Amino acid sequence: MRHIFVTILVALSSFAHAAVDTRLLTQLAAEDSDEKIIAIQKIAQSAEPDAKSILQSLADGNLNDPDGQPITINNRVRREIDGALAVLKLFDPSAVVRLNSVKEISTNVDASMAPMLRKAIAQESDVKVKALLVEVYALATLKDPDKDIRLAAVTALATSADPNNKSVLFEMSKPENEAETAVRMAAFRSYLQVKQRQTVVENVGRVFSGLSLASILLLAAMGLAITYGVMGVINMAHGELLMIGAYATFGVQSIFRTFFPAQLDWYVPVAIPVAFLAAAAVGVVLERTVIRWLYGRPLETLLATWGLSLILIQAARLIFGAQNVELANPSWMTGGVEVMPGIVLPLNRIFIIGFSLFVLTLVWVLMNKTRLGMFVRAVTQNRGMAGCVGVPTARIDTVAFALGAGIAGLGGVALSQIANVGPDMGQGYIVDSFMVVVLGGVGQLAGAVWAALGLGVATKFIEAGAGAVVAKILVLVFIIIFIQKRPQGLFALKGRFVES
Amino acid sequence: MSILLLHEVTVSFDGFRALNSLSLDIAVGELRCIIGPNGAGKTTMMDVITGKTRADRGKVMFDQTIDVRRMTEADIAHLGIGRKFQKPTIFENLTVFENLELAMKMDKRARVSMFAWLDDSERDRVSDTLKQIRLDHQAERQAGLLSHGQKQWLEIGMLLIQDPRLLLLDEPVAGMTDDETARTGELFKSLAGKHSLVVVEHDMAFIEQLGGKVTVLHEGSVLAEGDLATVQNDARVIEVYLGR
Amino acid sequence: MRRPFIVRFFSATPKAGWQALAIFTTFALLVVPLLHLAVPETSVFHVSSYAITLIGKIMCFAIVGVAMDLIWGYAGILSLGHGLFFALGGYAFGMYLMRQIGRDGSYQSDLPDFMVFLDWKQLPWYWTGSDSIWWAAVLVLTVPALVALVFGFFAFRSRIKGVYFSIITQAMTFAAMLYFFRNETGFGGNNGFTDFKRIAGYSITSPEMRVTLFALSAAMLMATLVLCRYVVSSKFGRVLMAIRDAESRVMFLGYNPLHYKLAAWTLSAFLCGIAGALYVPQVGIINPGEMSPANSIEIAIWVAVGGRATLVGPVIGAFIVNLSKSFFTQAFPEYWLFFLGALFVGVTLWLPQGVVGLWSQWREKRANALAIAPADAAVEPGAAK
Repeated sequence: MRHIFVTILVALSSFAHAAVDTRLLTQLAAEDSDEKIIAIQKIAQSAEPDAKSILQSLADGNLNDPDGQPITINNRVRREIDGALAVLKLFDPSAVVRLNSVKEISTNVDASMAPMLRKAIAQESDVKVKALLVEVYALATLKDPDKDIRLAAVTALATSADPNNKSVLFEMSKPENEAETAVRMAAFRSYLQVKQRQTVVENVGRVFSGLSLASILLLAAMGLAITYGVMGVINMAHGELLMIGAYATFGVQSIFRTFFPAQLDWYVPVAIPVAFLAAAAVGVVLERTVIRWLYGRPLETLLATWGLSLILIQAARLIFGAQNVELANPSWMTGGVEVMPGIVLPLNRIFIIGFSLFVLTLVWVLMNKTRLGMFVRAVTQNRGMAGCVGVPTARIDTVAFALGAGIAGLGGVALSQIANVGPDMGQGYIVDSFMVVVLGGVGQLAGAVWAALGLGVATKFIEAGAGAVVAKILVLVFIIIFIQKRPQGLFALKGRFVES
Repeated sequence: MSILLLHEVTVSFDGFRALNSLSLDIAVGELRCIIGPNGAGKTTMMDVITGKTRADRGKVMFDQTIDVRRMTEADIAHLGIGRKFQKPTIFENLTVFENLELAMKMDKRARVSMFAWLDDSERDRVSDTLKQIRLDHQAERQAGLLSHGQKQWLEIGMLLIQDPRLLLLDEPVAGMTDDETARTGELFKSLAGKHSLVVVEHDMAFIEQLGGKVTVLHEGSVLAEGDLATVQNDARVIEVYLGR
Repeated sequence: MRRPFIVRFFSATPKAGWQALAIFTTFALLVVPLLHLAVPETSVFHVSSYAITLIGKIMCFAIVGVAMDLIWGYAGILSLGHGLFFALGGYAFGMYLMRQIGRDGSYQSDLPDFMVFLDWKQLPWYWTGSDSIWWAAVLVLTVPALVALVFGFFAFRSRIKGVYFSIITQAMTFAAMLYFFRNETGFGGNNGFTDFKRIAGYSITSPEMRVTLFALSAAMLMATLVLCRYVVSSKFGRVLMAIRDAESRVMFLGYNPLHYKLAAWTLSAFLCGIAGALYVPQVGIINPGEMSPANSIEIAIWVAVGGRATLVGPVIGAFIVNLSKSFFTQAFPEYWLFFLGALFVGVTLWLPQGVVGLWSQWREKRANALAIAPADAAVEPGAAK
């Protein structure tokens, strides 16, 4: 072994047991780049345990030629090394590394990789990685001269979840690309299967993003369902109460950053009550100072609360600055769950869906099962009578408004996890949340839920076909038309009390 | 000859039957009184006749040939059905004179109203009506400033100047003094014959003064019909009013 | 005896109103233009071009205010979408202004700059005729009114009222804003129309043009006031007020409120469109921001500050709010929204009749005081102060 001329770093001590053909090592030092590339490819395909370390040190410039000079490489060779290294990761002990490696290879696969992929499949123990490997192998063998291998490849691709394979298969089914009828037919069959699966995947994805949009709408609209639906107060500052909830979340995060950096992940649960209380407190102030004097004058309430929203926006601008503030998802809310191949549901969205269900339950219990809820409903239905039987109507108004505001604050917590937090953030939600309340029928919690769901999912499906702006316009137009047909909303109250 | 015929009219709100197969026949020139406990469907019946509420089932025929069920409130008013609400509904920010001017029978299309101008005969009609309802000295006063009884009168005046063939009057003497009530009764009696009147009332003395046929409504349908003495002695009517 | 329509039309405005209009006319059409054009800039009497543009702009806003008052103050319909009609009028005239740039744009193309930027090869069909000022006038006069007519027809027919209507109009202008934000819509996207050069061949920045636009705005404002005064004092106006106070009564009297509301609504939008067309050449830009809900709701506050159902109130309100705006945005930009917000709250809480209401209250009080004072003086001469 005298002619081991390569100086190796300490870290590469296992090199002594090198199984890579030494002739290949010599070839690596060749003047000609093409020679080098052939050597690299061969080393990679050998998939010997030390191949990776050799190629890595070559890339790092730590591999010397027989004269002790470092082997120089140009960009073309470097690209080749990168590709080879990716391939070699297929044999990494860690399944995660192998999975990423297959994914990387799948974007840029060619026929030369086929033997090495076959080797990898044989060694692979992880089911998920193996499935992907089979798919990539099929891609690599699509142009194989042997028609049986091609047939096997197009058949194997039928289970693929990768959208790109749809067009690959479609091309294969054309006569100019594939001579064998049997292969073409198989390719077309696989194409249809991939296409169908993809439609399902896309629809599941849309329903999910629709659900998460619906949760946001619902969180924004639930507070309104109380203040507008139950109390008849048009609160144009409702969006700003969301904003206050979001800034409260930001405040809690900042406190955690400063004082409890180790527990930073848990700032969200702490922020929930803080945001509720902060928004509710602002709600109490608004109700006591302004809204109280405007009961029964909806148009005036609308204008006054619009004024309040301007004041709150500007206050936020002066306190927190006009720029959006930075909020980080806690680590337990980052990333996603892969429910099906090709569908990753982000955890923060799942959190929001769950959170909105939690708030919905809370509101429902509060309005239907508690004394406070009973009082609120009593005051709504007959203020005078409620007062006569001893319900403190003025206090109930304040509490109910604070409750609606607090729920908006909770919505702010949720929003802070997925959207930008800034002074103007509330403005974007006010029209939408009013639409939910109007569509659902005033004073109807169930109506608000269905309206939010319908609007959320419909928006996402239209968005897929026509783009976000057109979707928004179409939804607004739809609502306007819907109101034509059913001015009282989805869940209409009928009878002699409706108009009064 | 009937001016208004209701045939098995049914209206329900969320399962509650406000009118339950109600049939009623008002003759031309008749003065009919309608009584009944709260919730008997009196106001709903007026809503159905004037187009405010749609009947789920049944027929509402005006002047024997015209089915009003699909018509708008305004078109029904044009047919010659005038209505007075339970709570006086007048235009509080307009003057008494203007209230009557708007009510007067004339072309009521928007484009005509832009150029409309009262001529002398129309002014005379307004002043005649003002005298009839004894508000001739209040003509330029804001209607919102009138007393409750005066508002009732103004609304009756608005009905008269509309010159309808059928007048529907929902508790027209509520809140009036005895003197005003008596005068209203005289007025109604003088109207009967030329116009047909349907009066909903609780005030038995007033109904007695009006005379005429009385219909008792109960739970959305007719319980009894006849002159006041007859219905007052009807066992079922007594039970509805006093029983339970 | 019937008086001719024309006499009735002009006699709707009372004598004091005509006197005020005469004074206003003298100033707007004679004094201000002369002070701007003939008096040297160094003189204290010179009216700066900044002031001309500002006042001209506010007069356009005042027209919108009066139009808003017609439907809110008199018919009780609060629109939160009037900015749309204003902007549509502006866009309609803006198309003409864009075409008047000719080849003087940044790309020296016959097409407006933004179309070159989008790599469009020819004008879209709806730009046909946009090089004619007459066609532009037709668009200004019809498009906002037509949009209002269609929207109003559906909304009023299904008896959408009160707050529902307000929110639907807000959604309407919001949707329109999103639509105009798109580049593909063909109205310049985010940037809208700007960089105008001339009107009918005359430079848009010349003092003469500035004064002309100023005078036109003033004339339009006066025409709007006289027209609206006639409308509200006609029987039509009384029916509108009747609808505001008791709509069902109006229906049972045989009026179809749909037609009345629709007519008032469309007239209001029509006036807004003209105001928008006068506004755009004066400020030199129109973009979808004009359609934002915030802009539309601000119109309501001009009316509320001045006084609803008064016609002159919205003019006063538009001046108060917009002069404050230009003062604040220069002197204390951070506090403008606080001021505006407080104005919304304060006016609704304490000044429901607006400035005009305050004025008439004060006059009434003074009249009462004058009537009582002599009696008091007779009884207790010593107590008089």
